[in-house]
Amino acid sequence: MMNNCRTLSVNAVSEAVAALCVEANLHLPKDVATALELARQRETGALASGILDQLAANAQIAAAQCLPLCQDTGLAVFFVELGRDLRLANGADGAGGADGDIYAAINEGVRRGYAEGFLRKSVCDPFSRANTGDNTPAVIHLRLVPGRSLRIVYMAKGGGSENMSRVTMLAPAEGWEGIKRFVLERVREAGGNPCPPIIVGLGIGGNFELAPLLAKEALLRCLDEPNPQPDLRDKEAELLELINDLGVGPMGLGGRTTCLGVLIKTAPCHIASLPLAVNIQCHSARHGEVLL
Amino acid sequence: MKKRLTAPFLSADDLSALRDLRTGDSVLLSGVIYTARDAAHQRLLGLLAKGEALPFDLRGAAIYYCGPTPAPPGRPVGSIGPTTSYRMDSFAPALYERGLAASIGKGPRGAAVKEALCQSGGVYFAATGGAAALLASCVKEAKLIAFPDLGPEAVYELKVEDFPLLVATDAQGGDLY
Ligand code: SF4
Repeated sequence: MMNNCRTLSVNAVSEAVAALCVEANLHLPKDVATALELARQRETGALASGILDQLAANAQIAAAQCLPLCQDTGLAVFFVELGRDLRLANGADGAGGADGDIYAAINEGVRRGYAEGFLRKSVCDPFSRANTGDNTPAVIHLRLVPGRSLRIVYMAKGGGSENMSRVTMLAPAEGWEGIKRFVLERVREAGGNPCPPIIVGLGIGGNFELAPLLAKEALLRCLDEPNPQPDLRDKEAELLELINDLGVGPMGLGGRTTCLGVLIKTAPCHIASLPLAVNIQCHSARHGEVLL
Repeated sequence: MKKRLTAPFLSADDLSALRDLRTGDSVLLSGVIYTARDAAHQRLLGLLAKGEALPFDLRGAAIYYCGPTPAPPGRPVGSIGPTTSYRMDSFAPALYERGLAASIGKGPRGAAVKEALCQSGGVYFAATGGAAALLASCVKEAKLIAFPDLGPEAVYELKVEDFPLLVATDAQGGDLY
């Protein structure tokens, strides 16, 4: 039913993406700011409290002076839901045919946003280490959905916390106990490197490539929003408690606040496997979304 | 109590003040420091290997492991928080041996760096990771001095005022992590 289709210009997509990149890098999401504030009230150590105070001051200065929250403005990661009755046009108002490229449109948005917003370009060739100069290519996960709209979720993923993330294939018999053991060991070993307080995204199930994708997507849920799967809520709370008992603390210098939240996403897996991905997110949990 | 220090550390008094620092001390650092991270360190060590001069004097210097965001109009630099220090562990001992007084970053250092600190009387400071806008407000001037092709990884000379730091690893083998 072609007449049900809606047309959107690639330029509108690029503009929206550019604005999203800039906005997300200047403003800490409310749920994260609130979690940091609550953690500050619970923290007793002078060192840990001092660091949490600095993070609160940092968020204020960033917003007031239009400075990025962190100098690592990340690799740009997108989760995109493209309505199957939406066509992208190269020209304005649908001119130029409906053969616009969603990947090119998003990358163009990244290019503009990172230039206009004075964000750092942190993407390079893996071997020569030559910087691409415009923070592209972005990592884009595209999903086709019913409807005529386009939902774009953006995440600025810093290298420090991403480097501390891991994937493992557990034996099914290891179960929840094995999962907890692996996560706790990972967080303890990561120590101060991923800029604690961290948020831990867990992808459980799927397969070797799906588990990390689940873990990353899990990180997009707000900290004050309960897990849609009731059976996972207790597990998240249990693991959060155990992680904070490690005493890693803000910046790895000791204290009660190691983790602000554990976010789990699951998928069915092979009878022989228990895939587990631990995606660590730093306190500078920058993300945002736009619906077009 | 915060101690006030000024970089570079050249006089006998400066150097003994460095030696007197203990892990956990809060420091407000002013003066001149240099930025350098992964790629810049590779080049600095390359210059040393060839016996060539470095773009800045290492003696008494402080190196800040960071790659700032571009400077918006009217500001010397953009946001400027520390990067993870262990990635510079393989380069740091050679620099401390040649007079580097302090490095600034985030996260723990390896055994070779701790050993180099004890030998040289140097120090490793931690800055708060992700407090990049706050730290930017302590930078008064910035000058690109080497490797402009490295973009955010180029070497900048920064003039800082009351830059908030913690002594993470001292010259006595003390380690905060
Ligand atoms: S881990 Fe996060 S807060 Fe720390 S430097 Fe990287 S992006 Fe910034």
